[in-house]
Amino acid sequence: MPKVSMTVNGKNVSAEVEGRTLLVQLLREKLGMTGTHVGCDTSQCGACVVHVDGKSVKSCTMLAVQADGAKITTIEGLATGNDLHPMQAAFKEHHGLQCGFCTPGMVMSAVELAKHNSNPSEHEVREWLEGNICRCTGYHNIVKAVQAGAKAMAAAK
Amino acid sequence: MAVDGIGAAVKRKEDFRFLTGRGNYTDDLARPGQAHAYVVRSQAAHATLGKIGTAKALKAPGVVAVFTGADLAADNIGGLPCGWGIKNKDGSAMHEPAHPVLAVGKVRHVGDPIAVVIAETLAQAKDAAELLDIDMKELPAVANMREALKPGAPVVHDGGSGNVCFDWHLGDADAVAAAFKKAHKVAKIDLVNNRLVANAMEPRAAVGEFDRATGEYTLYTTSQNPHVIRLLMGAFVLHIPESRLRVFAPDVGGGFGSKIYHYAEEAIVTWASAKVGRPVKWTAERSESFLSDAHGRDHVTHAELALDKDGKFLALKVDTLSNMGAYLSTFAPAIPTYLYATLLAGVYTTPAIYAEVKAIFTNTVPVDAYRGAGRPEAAFLLERLVDIAAAEMGMDRVEIRRRNFIPSNAFPYQTPVALQYDSGDYNATLEGALKLADYKGFEARRADAKKRGKLRGIGISTYVEACGIAPSNIAGALGARAGLYECANVRVHPTGSITLFTGCHSHGQGHETTYAQLIAERLGVGLDQIEVSHGDTNKIPFGMGTYGSRSLAVGGTAVVKALDKIVDKAKKIAAHLMEAAEADIEFKDGKFTVAGTDKAKTFGEIALTAYVPHNFPLDKLEPGLDETAFYDPKNFTFPGGAHICEVEIDPETGVTKVVNFTAVDDVGRVINPMIVEGQVHGGVAQGIGQALYENCVYDDNGQLRSGSYMDYQMPRADDLPSFKVATAITLCTHNPLGVKGVGEVGAIGSPPAVINAVVDALKDHGVRHIDMPASPQKIWGIINGNRRMAAE
Repeated sequence: MPKVSMTVNGKNVSAEVEGRTLLVQLLREKLGMTGTHVGCDTSQCGACVVHVDGKSVKSCTMLAVQADGAKITTIEGLATGNDLHPMQAAFKEHHGLQCGFCTPGMVMSAVELAKHNSNPSEHEVREWLEGNICRCTGYHNIVKAVQAGAKAMAAAK
Repeated sequence: MAVDGIGAAVKRKEDFRFLTGRGNYTDDLARPGQAHAYVVRSQAAHATLGKIGTAKALKAPGVVAVFTGADLAADNIGGLPCGWGIKNKDGSAMHEPAHPVLAVGKVRHVGDPIAVVIAETLAQAKDAAELLDIDMKELPAVANMREALKPGAPVVHDGGSGNVCFDWHLGDADAVAAAFKKAHKVAKIDLVNNRLVANAMEPRAAVGEFDRATGEYTLYTTSQNPHVIRLLMGAFVLHIPESRLRVFAPDVGGGFGSKIYHYAEEAIVTWASAKVGRPVKWTAERSESFLSDAHGRDHVTHAELALDKDGKFLALKVDTLSNMGAYLSTFAPAIPTYLYATLLAGVYTTPAIYAEVKAIFTNTVPVDAYRGAGRPEAAFLLERLVDIAAAEMGMDRVEIRRRNFIPSNAFPYQTPVALQYDSGDYNATLEGALKLADYKGFEARRADAKKRGKLRGIGISTYVEACGIAPSNIAGALGARAGLYECANVRVHPTGSITLFTGCHSHGQGHETTYAQLIAERLGVGLDQIEVSHGDTNKIPFGMGTYGSRSLAVGGTAVVKALDKIVDKAKKIAAHLMEAAEADIEFKDGKFTVAGTDKAKTFGEIALTAYVPHNFPLDKLEPGLDETAFYDPKNFTFPGGAHICEVEIDPETGVTKVVNFTAVDDVGRVINPMIVEGQVHGGVAQGIGQALYENCVYDDNGQLRSGSYMDYQMPRADDLPSFKVATAITLCTHNPLGVKGVGEVGAIGSPPAVINAVVDALKDHGVRHIDMPASPQKIWGIINGNRRMAAE
């Protein structure tokens, strides 16, 4: 089986994987990092979004071997100890989550949006999150959270 | 009010773990030595099932075991039970065919489980499943209810009357017939309430584990009601006493009804874990969820409303076909009967109502409760019919509703369809919504849209629903095979911190926060001193779980009752410590005082005394401060409200955009307004989804055509607007908090508001009704006079 090495949330990791192993399977099953979720099997829902070399990627749509040598950030890597990342804090403040299942992917997608756009309009947030499905919130509070989180990220720079 | 008590928009206690990836969902579990199960499912909608050859699969790499229905039969494993029996019009019992855990002799829908392959890895289990030698002969199938009723239609289950599960009715047929004779006008409608898939974002999962040392089984599962699963699976399927069966539903990623039911996979992994001597894990893939989670809605209805010359409703007649799918899911028979026909009075004074409901078996996935469960079907039917009646009478849509509302001074109000509403003010919610939606300004917005080439419409829906289904004795008389009470255990620890063990289950509702607020309010203890525990049958005395918006009205009342007992006992301890009469003890803001003195003891001091009883009335009182209450409600609660939707249709494409959505709901007393608003948002999004996007479609051969997110259109962020949400409450009169429930209101009130708006937008195109979902194709067909497309 091929061996892959990468950094995940700043730590060097390596594992033997099958050719067909997906990045999300490597994270969840081999590395025990279960914060990244799987909500569908057609690359639609976005619960599995992580950052690969700084870009948000659906980790169910990337083979683990494709991530060899990459720098991965998952939801577990955002907060500093008990201090939430500004985007995480905004989701809490604006009740941008209910069951929590889509949340890791939502937050990771939102963080990338905020990197490009520190003051996104409602329309821009909704367009950006088109690939992340939430069944609980109706997106209303997620949109508010992402707008607030983007501003907070810019302010924290 | 305590700082973080009732009415405060407290930020949620559960959020930190969800936001940092530390949630603990069933699929996150990795039990030592666990093997992986893959369930082999029927690809045919209807077929005979002969021998299943397992020899090749058993030799495949990594395979631990392969089991079929024959193996379950050899162990005397029972079928999946149904929790509600309905009687036919003639008093006979409904047709209740067996629901095998793994199919035996026949398969009856695409997705019917046939075998389970257990291997070291899921990939190996899937690979080995390809090697099974399954002897199947396809039979003609039937997915459509009207087809299923035709003579000569394929029969899903032998031993009944064709494909009819039950033929039931409610109301007074003679009174309705008499009223129709006197009618000035009769408004009629034929409609379909589209089949939906709940689609909680977390797919179902289950891990079974058997402890050889103790003989105890543990099932970790994605359930809304773990005690119900323990009871059903233990007593009816696997024959394991509750004392040796633990069911634990940890963090659950949404339910919306679909995780109420006892599913085959739960029994399979639990049973198999003992057979193979190691934990067995199963997780659904999304496409598997579409084929195995209970679906929702799926009604075909004809209804008629008789009106007098002033637009007063005289009588309502309803004839509904309700799809049960291929087997009876746990609560399926209750949904189109006692949660549907009983709501047909709606918010109106209609004096005579008669409903007939035929439940039909088809070769499709079983249908059961989905957010709202019967009540959205009733509200949709009524609110479409009322709009049609208004149009045909030449009356204003607001005025016809006002004229027929149950007046606010008429409560308690007995409807002609069994329910007694305790409180409500339908004018107040309607007025609130009209104002918040700027209803008066609509025609100007319509004119502006017209200039931009868009068709703008506005729709209103005024609804009532019924939550916290109860009381147990009446539900039992109507066919329920379970109790409908709730349990709370408040455990005060020696240092004054508190754990609440609740039989309800949170899968997004924020119970850890809301229940903690109830306790903070009553005991004057900080939220950080309170933990809420749910989901584990080994920790919690009993419980019926969370569904039907019951967690506050029923579960919260149980918490209040347990707190009553805690305060009672604590007062006795305080009286002893302060050498005062119990009647003189006052308790406020976490302090016990003796009336008229400056003597005081804190709640913490009392807790410590209860567990370190050195100065304690041991002759009269037991040590400890730990109280349990079971609460069985006297009645349902009746949330209601008014939803107003505004849409714009692009006539070039037929695409409808919801541009404004307003909801003013009466949910009873609000404990946490932030959480309440969030519940309404989510419900409205699902209702808009039903009205415009979502549709579960079978072809004539029973193949599911909408089996993934590529085909089943989930509402996405860019499909929806932000919502205007408010409350205008009346208190529930029969529970101490005055609470009604909020989990389902959004999904109940919104679909008719959306379709009423779409029909309004298309009013110049001669359309009086459009079935859900109002897809661009249908609307384009209507605008362009293409009947085939309009009917799709």
